[in-house]
Amino acid sequence: MQILINHLRLAAARFAPSRALVVAMLLGPILGAMLAFGAVAAQDATNAVTIDNFTFSPKELTVALGTTVKWVNHDDIPHTVVEKKTTFRSKALDTDDSYSFTFTSAGEFDYFCGLHPHMVGKVIVK
Amino acid sequence: MAKKGFEDRGSGLGRREVLECMVWAGTGVLWTVSGGVPHSVGLIGDALAAEPTGFTFLQMSDSHIGFDKAANPDALGTLREAIAKVKAMPIKPSFIIHTGDITHLSRPAEFDNADKVFGETGVQIHYVPGEHDIIDEDRGKAYLERYGKGSKGAGWYSYDDHGVHFIGLVNVVDLKGGGLGNLGAEQLAWLEADLKDKSSSTPIVVFAHIPLQVIYREWGWGTEDGTQALALVKRFGSVTVLNGHIHQLAQKVEGNMTFHTALSTAFPQPAPGSAPSPGPMLVPADKLRTLLGLSTVTVVQGNKPLAIIDKTLAG
Repeated sequence: MQILINHLRLAAARFAPSRALVVAMLLGPILGAMLAFGAVAAQDATNAVTIDNFTFSPKELTVALGTTVKWVNHDDIPHTVVEKKTTFRSKALDTDDSYSFTFTSAGEFDYFCGLHPHMVGKVIVK
Repeated sequence: MAKKGFEDRGSGLGRREVLECMVWAGTGVLWTVSGGVPHSVGLIGDALAAEPTGFTFLQMSDSHIGFDKAANPDALGTLREAIAKVKAMPIKPSFIIHTGDITHLSRPAEFDNADKVFGETGVQIHYVPGEHDIIDEDRGKAYLERYGKGSKGAGWYSYDDHGVHFIGLVNVVDLKGGGLGNLGAEQLAWLEADLKDKSSSTPIVVFAHIPLQVIYREWGWGTEDGTQALALVKRFGSVTVLNGHIHQLAQKVEGNMTFHTALSTAFPQPAPGSAPSPGPMLVPADKLRTLLGLSTVTVVQGNKPLAIIDKTLAG
């Protein structure tokens, strides 16, 4: 009964920073180190974006030209990765499925989940 | 125990306190709407005993056939339980409205399993797709081939039954980055034309997967251009809007419009803002069936009151 009552509490407080965000913050320096190596071995560099709790992390990723970015879905719900101008578009990614795209041109690529479009992210290719 | 209702951001309707929840039961509450004011008239047992003078249809939603994760390893099994309840109803419903997410991954076997179980009811089922039903390679082709006969565009349509005009809308295709559910200009133009010659006294039932009003923008629980659709039905004396997607009950009345979201038969989701994100909510096994269910809607002929009974699988 309490749960049913909670269900009607629709103007609830905003949610706390997600666990994914915290993980992203912790991983920041590590990704930075990976990027430094990436400059040396751009052809082999794979950068990962994880999907947890309906959130892409890191939300913004900067990579060198020629880098392959890999998105991995860790949620129990499928997601997709769709670039705003459909430069790239993944199939539906079920739990632990991944999608990779190699960036062969420089620029900013805004993307979102085609099923849950409030989920957004960006890849900056330099 | 008044609760805050749907968010009205962008709708211009103004947020207001919604329902005074007068009676809660473990299994559900009967709501009637009289002159736009909902009131609880009894528990389910009383409701079933009441003389049904109109016709009854069911709303089922979010079956997610194929889902097998911890929140419910057997979504097909809980659908079967729900269908068993339908078959046991003393008064056979005229039809079932399914507000989307029939399957979890749009796979042919998932659609086959769903069709088989729903087919056991022996009543017609009117579907609209959820976002999980259009993630086949051809993005919705599998759904339309199965359920799209006689529909327009991505699968929208209308029909009349017992003097009520029913409208099934699709708000899960061509979604825009950063946005919410989307109906699109083509569908809105069709809706306007569909309603043009209808008398304002015709009762209207609109159903779609994602809530047409914004319930919680941060989780994408709403439709970007939903207010445009609602503006088109505003002139009608009785409008009922049935949605799914959020896997929990939410009900609200605005003037002559009643908004209702149904329970899933697969898994519950958290209340808005109560968790880091939406998604399958893990609850103790003995609690699961109290959070899954279906809704019965009774339309009383020649009168306004319309009753919605939400029944859980535990009841």
